[in-house]
Amino acid sequence: MNVAVCVKQIPDPAVPGSLSADHTLDRSGKLILDESDSYGVEMALQLVDAAGGGEVTLISMAPNEEVSGLRTALAMGAAKAILVSDPALAGSDALSTAKVLAKSIERAGDIDLVLAATESSDGYTGTVPAQIAQLLDWPALTFSKHVEIADGKVKVQRQTEAGYDEVEASLPAVVSVTAGVVEPRYPSFKGIMAAKNKPVDKVTASDLGLEASQVGWEGARQEITNVEQAPARQAGEKFEDDGTGAEKLVAFLEQLKVV
Amino acid sequence: MKVWVFAEATDDKVTTATLELLTKAREIGSEVEAIYSGSGDTAAIAATVGSYGATKLHTMDPGDGLPGQVAAAPIAALVGTDNPDVILFAQTYDGRDALGRLSVRLDKPVLTNGMSLSVDGDSLLFGTAIFGGVVLVDVKLKDAAPALIAIRPKSFAAEESGGSAAEVVPLPAADSGRAAEARVLARHVEEQQGPKLEEATVVVSGGRGIGAAENYEPLVEELAKLLKGAWGASRAIVDAGWVPYALQVGQTGKTVKPKLYIALGISGATQHLVGMKNSDNIVAVNKDGEAPIFSVADLGIVGDVHKVVPALIELLKAKS
Repeated sequence: MNVAVCVKQIPDPAVPGSLSADHTLDRSGKLILDESDSYGVEMALQLVDAAGGGEVTLISMAPNEEVSGLRTALAMGAAKAILVSDPALAGSDALSTAKVLAKSIERAGDIDLVLAATESSDGYTGTVPAQIAQLLDWPALTFSKHVEIADGKVKVQRQTEAGYDEVEASLPAVVSVTAGVVEPRYPSFKGIMAAKNKPVDKVTASDLGLEASQVGWEGARQEITNVEQAPARQAGEKFEDDGTGAEKLVAFLEQLKVV
Repeated sequence: MKVWVFAEATDDKVTTATLELLTKAREIGSEVEAIYSGSGDTAAIAATVGSYGATKLHTMDPGDGLPGQVAAAPIAALVGTDNPDVILFAQTYDGRDALGRLSVRLDKPVLTNGMSLSVDGDSLLFGTAIFGGVVLVDVKLKDAAPALIAIRPKSFAAEESGGSAAEVVPLPAADSGRAAEARVLARHVEEQQGPKLEEATVVVSGGRGIGAAENYEPLVEELAKLLKGAWGASRAIVDAGWVPYALQVGQTGKTVKPKLYIALGISGATQHLVGMKNSDNIVAVNKDGEAPIFSVADLGIVGDVHKVVPALIELLKAKS
């Protein structure tokens, strides 16, 4: 079974984010594998293992030729990667991104299952998996917290407002997974060394047959008119607990009349 | 302006997020209609959406298909004949499913995580927040109608218009393609006692600082129950499997706006702050005095939750 995993390389969330002059997210610093995507990579490796054959292909898009995040996922055990890297992709919105990823999945060929995080940690649109599925005309099992494959079908536990649904579809299909669905492995030293020589197929938007008008700023069809700091919430009082912390809390609750 | 709202209901009860969208739709539009994909009682739903200003309710029963995903094809067909200017979705599971599929069918961009929406001349101004709510961004849509927009729950107040029941009309039949192959085999309701997270006056949430899964019930749940509130969690302990995903408050989880939010052992990553920083009052207990949660807390106790919270519970029990 061959699994493609959509992964995003994002600015380190531990570093405060900033915007470039054109209002796109500043991605000029070091990019890392989005932690949300490590769950999909791990899930893909486990499903391929359980199926007894096949490989994991990473699909990623970046405005520069960044590969450090991909190397992390390759070190975990993915076999190869397709990296779509093109200045024309700057400013791409969710739909443009989905178009690029769907074309890349077609380029990879012979894919039974596409895994993606429910949303990225920097853009968090949360629509890309359903958009990819629609572009490919595949079923989409979204917001999954448990995934299994049997008899050519994928079965998931899909998160709902009230609990979860058991949902099933035939392959090929797109599945988006929530964080925490599996425990991602740490790359081994051997894995890290092997990752350096794994193939990364670097392609441009036009290699995928996409016009510049379909992706990037043009594809997004929107204009950012204003960017400003949100009014900061004032921090209130802070006390070291000297044994009277609980009493201070009770006094505050009484003042709010919740007790 | 003709505005449609993708309505959602739990059993036969229209969700609060839907009512918020209908209220906003009335403000920006002259014609408001709702779309419902589900097996709930359409007469009851039509009455509710009508009382919030919708004049029509376009319905379909998705059977065992995923309601958002199979609705996209019929909605696209209806867009072709009825030409709405805007379609509003809640930033929910089914809302995003419908929005994603529909955007491809119509080849239209999506705007998501919306927190404000207004009309400027004949164009729409959409507002969202990034970097954990620290930076506000306004966006003007340059594309032809319809605009496809998802709004975070709790962004607008829900107010009734006093309208009569909406006219129920079936959505046109349309081929959903392989989207219809996803089948719901069984539904599981994770019983939650007490008030719902999104509707509670008081929310008590626990994070990594509570130390272990078994501490959640005696610290977080117990305190929440004493305050007649709901209990929630940070992403860290949901990912760790200590509590169900449904309890997650934050960017990927639920957005809450209670009168009082109590964060226990939560450091306050931006992921979490997005979901709770608009609460009226915030209290935090954390042993790390430098934790970002204190920058939004009205009252912060730098201390051990294992000492402070049991003491608080004792004091509250003594009072009642």
